[in-house]
Amino acid sequence: MGPVLTAIVTVGAMGMLASLILGVAAKVFYVYVDPRIGQVGDLLPGANCGGCGYAGCTDLAAAIVQGNAPANGCKAASPEVAANIATLLGISVEAGERQVAQIFCRGDAAHAERKFIYKGIKDCRAAQLVSGGDKACTYGCLGLGTCVEACMFNALHMGANGLPEVNTDLCTGCGNCVKICPRHIPRLIPISQMAATYCSSHDIGKVVKEICEVGCIGCGLCKKVCPEKAIELDKFLSVVDPTKCNGCGKCFEKCPTGVIQAVVLTSKSLKMAA
Amino acid sequence: MQEYLLMIVAAMFINNIVLIRFMGNCPVVGVTSSVDSALGMGAAVVFVTTMAGTTCWIIQKTILEVLGIEYLQTLVFILVIATLVQFVEILMQKVAPPLYRALGIFLPLITTNCMVFGVSVLNIKEEHSFMETLVFSMASAVGFAIVLLFMAGLRERMDSAGRVPKLLQGVPITLITAGMMGLSFAGLMGLD
Repeated sequence: MGPVLTAIVTVGAMGMLASLILGVAAKVFYVYVDPRIGQVGDLLPGANCGGCGYAGCTDLAAAIVQGNAPANGCKAASPEVAANIATLLGISVEAGERQVAQIFCRGDAAHAERKFIYKGIKDCRAAQLVSGGDKACTYGCLGLGTCVEACMFNALHMGANGLPEVNTDLCTGCGNCVKICPRHIPRLIPISQMAATYCSSHDIGKVVKEICEVGCIGCGLCKKVCPEKAIELDKFLSVVDPTKCNGCGKCFEKCPTGVIQAVVLTSKSLKMAA
Repeated sequence: MQEYLLMIVAAMFINNIVLIRFMGNCPVVGVTSSVDSALGMGAAVVFVTTMAGTTCWIIQKTILEVLGIEYLQTLVFILVIATLVQFVEILMQKVAPPLYRALGIFLPLITTNCMVFGVSVLNIKEEHSFMETLVFSMASAVGFAIVLLFMAGLRERMDSAGRVPKLLQGVPITLITAGMMGLSFAGLMGLD
């Protein structure tokens, strides 16, 4: 027998033996896993985004089957998926409204001041560590796209103005962008919300005016003009209450910086919200 | 008897597999966030390393050396280790499901833990007898488990103390701790 043949036969035989042992072991030590866990797991998106608070989709599937999590526990799945899971398990689903992310800053390069030129790692979290970021506004978007990278559903992309944009068709409301942003610029809003103040600054009006042309100066005109009393001021930042706002648009006209605006959804989401 | 005792002390502390030989560093950083998981990982590694060390030694002596194909050592040893790890995983899922879930991704990672392979090769290189192989493999793995346990204990205390500067939290402080532990273990050199 040639040395080559010896090598092939020996290693081949050992490989066969190993696979035989494993095959037998898999049969002997077979563990019963509830088949419904697999079925529910198949229905879930399988992105393992962790938005539900469990370690992954399989963990959530097990929790749903065991009754520890609701059928609509997955924030990324559409209501149809939750309904399918509920039908599969014979349980009812408590309706919760779909949420989407919105970028609460409009201060692009043309409208917001910069303190210095940042030439470091292209990551907002790194930029934030350098003297608190290059943006003059300590609340504004740093625009390096960390949220875009964090999004597992391709729902975010960098717009031409250097700020991230949300495709509400693809956004599942998992909240990964909210968590990763060092300044919490992306925030989740109910998909039916009509108006929002696209600014995160709690600075007083004078400071905002000096560094950004499109920030909320906390003047309170929107609050005064709102017939539904849907707007409150939270430390010089106006906040729209989605449960009260009816989208009349009176505040849009009054706002001196035009920061309070109608929430713009992409076409498919509009139909779903309606 | 005395030589075995010496060998155990040497393998566990003086030539500690992690801190002196620098093998199997990934789990030392990865699985040491809590004492529980470190204990589970340590136990799994002790079992796999002892089994793999002795099995590899037997295969080396009875098959590879007899047929004169020692050059296939690496390939065959990896096959043995991979099979063993897979076997342990199947067994653990049946016998100890909480441990199986706690170890998660790290159990399959024992396959690529160079320490298991390193110990098997060291046994051959240092021309150990079968008993020596058994003792050396187990002692090395216990040394690994001890480092894992020390590390997890230190990290748990550091986390609860909460006084680690922000830029050192997590992996950086772990690596610094590992370095200091390595230094203190190096102090044991010359004991043998």
